[in-house]
Amino acid sequence: MDRRSFLAALGCSAAAFPAATPMAFASLPGDRRLVVVVLRGAMDGLDVLQPYADPGLRALRPTLSVGPEGGAHDLDGRFALHDFGADLLPLWRAGELAFAHAVATPYRDGRSHFDGQDVLEAGTVGVPPSVGRAGWLNRLLGAMPGATGRDAIAVGRDDMLILRGPAPAGAWAPESRIALDGATADLLRHVHHDDPLLRPVVEDALRLSADGGPEQGGGADRLFAFAAGQLRGDARIAALSLGGWDTHRGQGSALRRPMGQLSAGLLRLRDDLGPLWARTMVLAVTEFGRTASENGNRGTDHGTGGAMMLAGGALRGGRIWTDWPGLAEADLLDRRDLRPTRDVRAYAAWALRDLFGVDRSVLEGTVFPGLEMGEDPRLTL
Amino acid sequence: MTPRAALAATRFGTGLSPVIPPPSDADDLLAALAGPDAVARALPHPGWDVRAAAALERDALRRQQRDGVAGAFEAFRAQTRRLNVTWQDDLVRMVLRGATTADGLRERLVWFWADHFTVASSRGASRMAMGGYHEDALRPRVAGRFADLLIAAVTHPAMLIYLDQVVSVGPNSRRGRNGRGLNENLAREVLELHTLGAGGPYAQADVRQLAELLTGLRVDRRGRLDFEPERAEPGAETVLGRSYGDRDPGIDEVRAVLSDLSIHPATASHICRKLAGHFLADVPPAGAVAAMEAAWRATDGDLMAVYAAMLDHPAAWAPERAKMRRPLEMIAAGLRALGRDDALLRADAQTKRRVVTRPMLQMGQDLPRPPGPQGWPDEAVAWATPQNFAARLDWALRAPGWTGEVPDPRAFAEAALGPLLADRTRFAAGAAESREEGVALVLTSPEFQRR
Repeated sequence: MDRRSFLAALGCSAAAFPAATPMAFASLPGDRRLVVVVLRGAMDGLDVLQPYADPGLRALRPTLSVGPEGGAHDLDGRFALHDFGADLLPLWRAGELAFAHAVATPYRDGRSHFDGQDVLEAGTVGVPPSVGRAGWLNRLLGAMPGATGRDAIAVGRDDMLILRGPAPAGAWAPESRIALDGATADLLRHVHHDDPLLRPVVEDALRLSADGGPEQGGGADRLFAFAAGQLRGDARIAALSLGGWDTHRGQGSALRRPMGQLSAGLLRLRDDLGPLWARTMVLAVTEFGRTASENGNRGTDHGTGGAMMLAGGALRGGRIWTDWPGLAEADLLDRRDLRPTRDVRAYAAWALRDLFGVDRSVLEGTVFPGLEMGEDPRLTL
Repeated sequence: MTPRAALAATRFGTGLSPVIPPPSDADDLLAALAGPDAVARALPHPGWDVRAAAALERDALRRQQRDGVAGAFEAFRAQTRRLNVTWQDDLVRMVLRGATTADGLRERLVWFWADHFTVASSRGASRMAMGGYHEDALRPRVAGRFADLLIAAVTHPAMLIYLDQVVSVGPNSRRGRNGRGLNENLAREVLELHTLGAGGPYAQADVRQLAELLTGLRVDRRGRLDFEPERAEPGAETVLGRSYGDRDPGIDEVRAVLSDLSIHPATASHICRKLAGHFLADVPPAGAVAAMEAAWRATDGDLMAVYAAMLDHPAAWAPERAKMRRPLEMIAAGLRALGRDDALLRADAQTKRRVVTRPMLQMGQDLPRPPGPQGWPDEAVAWATPQNFAARLDWALRAPGWTGEVPDPRAFAEAALGPLLADRTRFAAGAAESREEGVALVLTSPEFQRR
């Protein structure tokens, strides 16, 4: 067979083969969208959202996090948004941005990023490691009858435990370009034609690579843009991660990049999702907070309680949910950390209840085993 | 080359090579495994003591930094980088042993057991020190008795650190009276993962009793195994109906319980199924597993006899290749098919990163950070994902050029696959627009991805 007749033959067989033209139907109830952003490295909630009305703050942080006088933007008379997040102020004013403060996962005592992220993404604690190795978004999919592998996608190179597990889910890094021209891509299909396992994989890889669009923008922006593209299609849930939050030194400048990326990413989602933004909620969560006092290097070390960020048109935003524990020495956890007053998983669970109508019993029993969701914060409009 | 030789080299070894002849059959595979470990001598690997010392040096610098010692922060950062570079060298050596060995079964077994007894990069002495653990504890024992392998792995400092044994204290021991307590992590995984298997014939009480028996095992300041009687739970413990530790507590009692576990029928069944599941098919043929279990029972877990039973079974030579190469295997087999020698070990750090470290990450097997103590997934479907495939394709397009001359795809297809080469791949290799693309089509073909 010469090259020309081979390509002609391939064209016929490709058209006759349905796997090459995949059809999928979103199967989660409603048409809501959820984006979970894992902020890796432990975001300093006390700096991103500064409790400047608490007199303890200035004493603990003589150079950091000192409220509007230091350039932060007052939100409600108690809390101020760090200036590196100023681009988000329009979202706040539109009621499309909110925070929960003094929250944490159940991870305590250890101060390992990896272990903390495992608890955050697994959504469990105290479960033997070899048993509880599925993420909570994966267990959500498993609890939704009819969920398909197209409903959720992990975006980026980072391993996303949050979506890993027995329920099928997608994963793609937008920089995974299959740099093959059309003829060579056809040869790739030809080589895999007889392998029932690899043939659909090759088709999916070629399709997702084409979805990545032309080379554009740098790392983080591209992740959010790709996530938005997938959410405009079949995907209902996207998970991605954003690093750079481990600010042990020179936090006053070290936060610029990750906060800028997160702000730009949220705005990218809003812009690219268009009308779907009104149906979308974004949860930005981190493995733990940082020490209440700054260290000797104008940074902060690994702590416990912190903040989570919520965004989206579906959000009842423009507010800060918190049972504020105070920053006086006696109020701190171990005289060191912001004391968490609510489980960060409770907000995630209420978000799943509101967005997808998941039963509280399923959320407390299956998705986040052992969680007490507590009072409904009414996250959505 | 006979089809059997090609299967011996791919299913049970690290692939075909244009310069190293394949083993012709099971006898060849076993003879090489019974002989000296030539590739370990050719590409020597520093042991645990060396790797642990470097990791502990980093901890010492961190303490100095916290104490405000001048220059400690920079030294700490430099040592952290050094550990990463050293691990990268260990990883490259791991790949190149696979790429250049004439004894591929041994390499595959080292990888299998390193996964069965998974240890992640962890705290203290075990940061990025996995290579030293593999070399000292596992590699010398892959062709011996399972009991010896089990004892070496479970009592190794790397394992004690990874599975939290170092913080476990007998509640009634002298140290336990200050409120420190028992940690069951290692005990649970020994029963669930290392020996009897999940759903095996043990109860929570056995986990608890084994955890108490393991108390006292710890790691000293130099990263070495140590036994501290002050933290050992006093009194006897009963595991699977048998009593241990009624004499003085000590490491001999730990060895005794592990020896007994190593010959338990449930252990034989669990591990034979896993070995056959790794080498033959995700759902291994029952006859092959039964033959391996019989060999295990007849020899009290002599691994050579178990491997021989697997290779002796007709299912070992079935033409259908049901398994996918995992990323480590894929990269080693790719360099081997290209005929690369060990030059990469002497290349600059960036080349090593491009050819090995980053692709491993992109293909989803970041070895220092396994998904958990159960190790990496082994089923073919776990690796047959679009993202993983794209990463393999990317490697296949670029790594050949980074490591040497890109061969003629038609000759490469024959060398890499021999009698396994399918017509579709042969055609594509010849029809590709460039050498790079032709070679990449061969390296990503189902015949090359599967074994």
